[in-house]
Amino acid sequence: MLMRRILLAALLLVFAAPAQAQDKLPVVATFSILGDFVSNVGGDRVSVQTLVGPNGDAHVYSPSPADAKRLADAKLIVTNGLGFEGWLARLVKSSGAKARTVVASTGVKPRKRDGKHGHGHGHGHGHANGDPHAWQSVANAKTYVANIRDALVGVDPAGKADYEANAAAYLDKLDALEREVRETVSAIPPARRKVITNHDAFGYFEDAYGVDFIAPQGVSTDSEASARDVARIITQIRTQKIPAVFIENLSEPRLLNRIASETGARLGGTLYSDALTDEKGPAPTYIDLIRHNIRTLSAALMG
Amino acid sequence: MYDTLIAPFAEFDFMRRALVGVMALALGAGPIGVFLMLRRMSLVGDAMAHAVLPGAAVGFLISGLNIFAMTAGGLVAGFAVALLAGLVARSTELKEDASLAVFFLISLAVGVTIISVRGTNIDLLHFLFGSVLALDDQTLTLIAINATVTLLGLAIIYRPLVLECVDPLYLRSVSKAGGPAHLTFLALLVINLVSGFHALGTLLAVGIMMVPAAIGRFWARDVTAMIVVAVLAGMLSGYAGLLLSFHTAAPAGPAVILVAGILYAVSLLFGTVGGLLRQLFPARHLEA
Repeated sequence: MLMRRILLAALLLVFAAPAQAQDKLPVVATFSILGDFVSNVGGDRVSVQTLVGPNGDAHVYSPSPADAKRLADAKLIVTNGLGFEGWLARLVKSSGAKARTVVASTGVKPRKRDGKHGHGHGHGHGHANGDPHAWQSVANAKTYVANIRDALVGVDPAGKADYEANAAAYLDKLDALEREVRETVSAIPPARRKVITNHDAFGYFEDAYGVDFIAPQGVSTDSEASARDVARIITQIRTQKIPAVFIENLSEPRLLNRIASETGARLGGTLYSDALTDEKGPAPTYIDLIRHNIRTLSAALMG
Repeated sequence: MYDTLIAPFAEFDFMRRALVGVMALALGAGPIGVFLMLRRMSLVGDAMAHAVLPGAAVGFLISGLNIFAMTAGGLVAGFAVALLAGLVARSTELKEDASLAVFFLISLAVGVTIISVRGTNIDLLHFLFGSVLALDDQTLTLIAINATVTLLGLAIIYRPLVLECVDPLYLRSVSKAGGPAHLTFLALLVINLVSGFHALGTLLAVGIMMVPAAIGRFWARDVTAMIVVAVLAGMLSGYAGLLLSFHTAAPAGPAVILVAGILYAVSLLFGTVGGLLRQLFPARHLEA
């Protein structure tokens, strides 16, 4: 009898803990960068869940039943829009979520994906012509934050003052971040502001800050490289005098080393585009991510 | 002509390295392939290619994605399987192919298990076994050393090896060199496979060994000539395959083996020793 009572008490404790979290406003963000924005604006008043967590790839995400439950419990769903989460509409419908949905990129001037950024790798973006990676420009991130702030105020008017104060403080940080990015870029000699990469996520960054992201020609990164592919990349790096290479997914890293040592170009390292890293990684928050990218670029491009 | 055949190598360092790599590879793999073929062990190479997996996996567990640790691990596992299979074949009734099949499958299972337990989704073999287009100094040195060791080793065990191909019972009756020669041969096979992995990948490493050997069979009757033809065929395939990959965007490893395959088809038809045309239209016998 006593045993049973202890068990019962323990069970109550177990269930009580999440119950307290329920006091917070449950918000679901579709991927980790949005989640970071929401938790910065929402502060202690919201509890944020992200569908595609750190290091996850939103392009190949497949929803789990737990995700549907999170959506059903949420009061607000934050999405990127611009066709980034093609899978979301169906998931929201099937989960029976009644939450309000805010498209964080509302007001951002969409950028057409231009031909220069050839899709080397065939991952299935559900967006044929728009480029959804708008957060790569800090100015756009500020629009995101403003949209999230207004949406939070909309579903939780009592927290208006908090949200506005948090957002203002975070926007200040983003301003500082943008200044840092511009200063770093301006320190790089203009002729060296170009890298060769098969990432197609940096269009907004390129437009905003004037670093050229050049796609390697004729390379399919999924299959084994041919001698012609490698020769083309090398010729391109030589003729366009590209100082740094940021190519990932080539069938193996030693090939990249070969290209680098044959052209004198530097191997850039890793740029983060679609997802934050976990706590131990170099980009656990959006500000860290942008800072990491710009420092990596600068380190590779400075003479 | 110059643009097509020589310019790619003159202009690009990686092409020169690839050429040196496949040449060295053909030098060692050719004779090994010929002996495998003569001893009816043509498919053993494939089996051994899988046997190295657990060694590579253990190398990975110990020191992460370190090419040397994983290569060394692969060598150890390959040796172990080859030696165990060789010993069992020599001391029991079980034939070599059967015991090898058993040991390589066990080895493969151990490898897959180790990798799964670790829960990594990195394609270990993909990392370990490179592309001919990405040969760095260390890999090239490794391939060159392996080819040298192979040729020296074969020179030492040449006599017993040839005798064993032709008449193993006679060899057993006159000499005790058969056993050690056989085991040495298996060891040489393993190091050539590891070289081949670096240059051509797991699937095709066996190709540069067996296809030139089969080509040699169609042009020569004695072992020495067969080996010479096999080495030349391997080198020609390497050179032409790299050019094919350069001009048509075919992946380099498969291109090399495809060229070897074409040479094989030509030899099959026109070979002077047992080629199909020669069988249909035999050269006239000298008549008295």
